Amino acid sequence: MDDLDRAIVNALQGGFPVTERPYRDAAVQLGIGEDELIEHLRRMLASQVLTRFGPLWQIERIGGAYALAAMKVPAAQLDEVAGKINALAEVAHNYERDHEFNLWFVLATASPDAINTAAARIERETGHRVYLMPKVEEYFVGLEFSA
Amino acid sequence: MNAPREPFFPDSLDLRIVAATQAGLPLTPRPYHAVAECLGVAAEEVMARLRRMLAAGAIRRIGAVPNHYALGYRANGMSVWDVPDERAGELGRRIGALPFVSHCYQRVRHPGVWPYNLFAMLHGKTRDEVEAKVREIAAIVGDADRGHALLYSTRILKKTGLRLKDRDE
Repeated sequence: MDDLDRAIVNALQGGFPVTERPYRDAAVQLGIGEDELIEHLRRMLASQVLTRFGPLWQIERIGGAYALAAMKVPAAQLDEVAGKINALAEVAHNYERDHEFNLWFVLATASPDAINTAAARIERETGHRVYLMPKVEEYFVGLEFSA
Repeated sequence: MNAPREPFFPDSLDLRIVAATQAGLPLTPRPYHAVAECLGVAAEEVMARLRRMLAAGAIRRIGAVPNHYALGYRANGMSVWDVPDERAGELGRRIGALPFVSHCYQRVRHPGVWPYNLFAMLHGKTRDEVEAKVREIAAIVGDADRGHALLYSTRILKKTGLRLKDRDE
């Protein structure tokens, strides 16, 4: 990452304009050119400094559902089980963690019922129990990271 | 904190806009026009709906989603706390307001195997930094702390963000 990449990440984790030429409008704020902004974003996406660039949806507001899920999987089977889980489009992210519950993933589905369907399918395909931990209450989401 | 909002009922074009942008916005000078063209509607329509979904909270924000590992945040810990349910709201709001907590939720427990009901995600350059943050939270939780744990992520196995299937499929 160069200094301009850092400035872009710090300035553009939200508030990207909804206008005819949004990259140009955002670039003006950064004192750079439209092409330059697009090129830096393209490079950061390619090198995975950014996981994506665009709208961040709160799918519960559009009829969908999220749930955090955890599994206890023997270390020797972890990669195989993770592969089966990750193959589902409903799995938005999946982390290995240093705990007896060693697989933690988020299911994001177009309807609340589909959460249970996806969890049941993972249990069937992996032979391990899925512990769903849906939220009861959300207190805060959305820290911006400084680069 | 998210204030309660009016219900929002997306129509099929809203959902097609979600499907068309969930992988990201096109990196072209007129990205909303490109989306509109794919959907066969006017760019003004796409922009009006995006603005409405932002106002309704269906879009949290539009912008860059960094990979925090790539930014040097190599120590990423999920701190989990077993607190009395009746204290979760007050504590969750105070913990969520800390400047280093990226997400804070109350979640369902699994009695006997998973006692923790309050989750706070912590990010630091080092594990020492994250552990200092856990101590800071422990001071807030005080005598409501019936047990806590810190689970570091050791590997990202997948991080694509949401990918809703098109409901027309």
